[in-house]
Amino acid sequence: MVSGRRAALTYALSAPFVVFALFPFAWMLVTSIKKNSELYDLAQNPFLVRAGPTWDHYRFLFQHTAFPLWLRNSAIVAIASTAASVVLASLAAHALARLRFRYAEGVSTFVFIVYLMPTTLLFLPLARVVSALHLSNTLWSLIVTYPAFMVPFITWMLAAYLSSIPRDLEESALVDGCTRLGALWRVVVPLARPGLITATLFAFTLAWSEFIYALTFISTTSVKTVTAGVVVDLIRGDVFYWGSLMGGALVASLPVVLLFSLFLDYYVAGLTAGAVKG
Amino acid sequence: MLAPTLLLLLLLAVYPLLYALYLSMTSTQVGTPGRFVGLANFVRLPQTQIFALTLWNTVWYTVAAVAAKLVLGLALALVLAQRAPGMRWIRGAVLVPWVAPISLSVLAWTWMFDLSFSVINWVLMHLHLVPGPIAWLGAPRLARCAVVLVNVWSGLPFFGITFLAGLVTVPQELYEAATVDGVGAMGRFWAITLPLLRPVLATVLLFSLVMTSSDFATVFVLTHGGPMNTTQLLATLAFKLGLATGDLGNAAAISLYLFPALACMTYVQARLMRRAWQW
Repeated sequence: MVSGRRAALTYALSAPFVVFALFPFAWMLVTSIKKNSELYDLAQNPFLVRAGPTWDHYRFLFQHTAFPLWLRNSAIVAIASTAASVVLASLAAHALARLRFRYAEGVSTFVFIVYLMPTTLLFLPLARVVSALHLSNTLWSLIVTYPAFMVPFITWMLAAYLSSIPRDLEESALVDGCTRLGALWRVVVPLARPGLITATLFAFTLAWSEFIYALTFISTTSVKTVTAGVVVDLIRGDVFYWGSLMGGALVASLPVVLLFSLFLDYYVAGLTAGAVKG
Repeated sequence: MLAPTLLLLLLLAVYPLLYALYLSMTSTQVGTPGRFVGLANFVRLPQTQIFALTLWNTVWYTVAAVAAKLVLGLALALVLAQRAPGMRWIRGAVLVPWVAPISLSVLAWTWMFDLSFSVINWVLMHLHLVPGPIAWLGAPRLARCAVVLVNVWSGLPFFGITFLAGLVTVPQELYEAATVDGVGAMGRFWAITLPLLRPVLATVLLFSLVMTSSDFATVFVLTHGGPMNTTQLLATLAFKLGLATGDLGNAAAISLYLFPALACMTYVQARLMRRAWQW
């Protein structure tokens, strides 16, 4: 039983953290629905929308900029690289968690070390690899390179998850005449579904939010993803553009934030699996 | 079934790393193949003013941001560990900065720090805490604090939620026994919570040192490294040199400068993880 006073104290203590975390997003919303005349009037209280809300900034964003294209590009890149990464990582995680082979420990340490390798260390040489593969300035440059940082992370997460599923189940399937892949597909995949959902969500979130590769490998406006497009191509000259910039930032954050609110528990489980379970 | 993953990592992680190592020991410019110069880039860089400043900025940024995230993250975890109706949604809310694309949320901070229209200034001025607008991103010292603040904002959720997961594993009986023995709340925190959280603290600390020292988006979007390079980090300087000037040799050397330190931390981290695995 939680007493009322204790709950009130908890809310009071959480409030500063919640406000700190959410204020920038609330500010995106307020800025994006205000008329320019009010937005750039220093005499006005910035928290109020006195002149009434306007859709002008969103209309500008969707009709006069490449923003819809960027959203589409981000969706293509995130979905394709997530699909590829989840398949590769599931196979690798299964091998690491189950099969006894000589270099298993070495390989899992290697995967972990690559997981810790920051993308900012690799963007320059990768740009040359991408251009050697004739992929510069295409969405493929991102679809191909994103799995390099997504796969180690979700392999690590899935291996921890898979090792909690009893191996007897899989072995009985093998005894009953299943192939290794058959056992993986019919026995392990259904049991590992929560882990796989978490892995997919994380992979998608990482891919949707990636910035430095998108910034480096792609220079044509119409091929950009939304993270690089909004930051680089919407900021033009001295025109006051904050309304549509904030609208763009908000709309582009929505897909992952929505997924997050729908699958909150999966995200929390995945976030903590890395550090606590190993 | 490991082969596809290993092939991918060799081609897109190990090979680029080795290639960066090679580039960093040459005088390569975009369009002209360079000569092999050994460690000359690494030796000359610290003697240039801009690199010395950047290295110092990176160290300061990392230490300040990680320390703040550690302390605030612990506080956040202790708050989130309380039981109250709707706690699940409070946990969800504080995680939003972690889930939203960082380059876009930093854009909101850029607007909140705007010289003329900063909402933070408006609040401070209306509470009569400051006489006039503050140039958050225009003065070196303030800009440094601003980039740290934004990094703390985006990194805090990870710290808080991971510490929370650690807190949940601490056996409640220990707290009950200590309470029976008359140990106060602070005493229980120092004698039970902190020591038992140590493995989680160490893992998160090392992970965050690696990620914070290689941060790019925060500074790139908020200040572009300015004013006068006072917030320039290794990653943003490497980006500037490598892509704007095309000086690939030096850019590679800059991005690899902390590599030995990062490699040591990664090694320690991998050891810690293996021990955790065996528990």
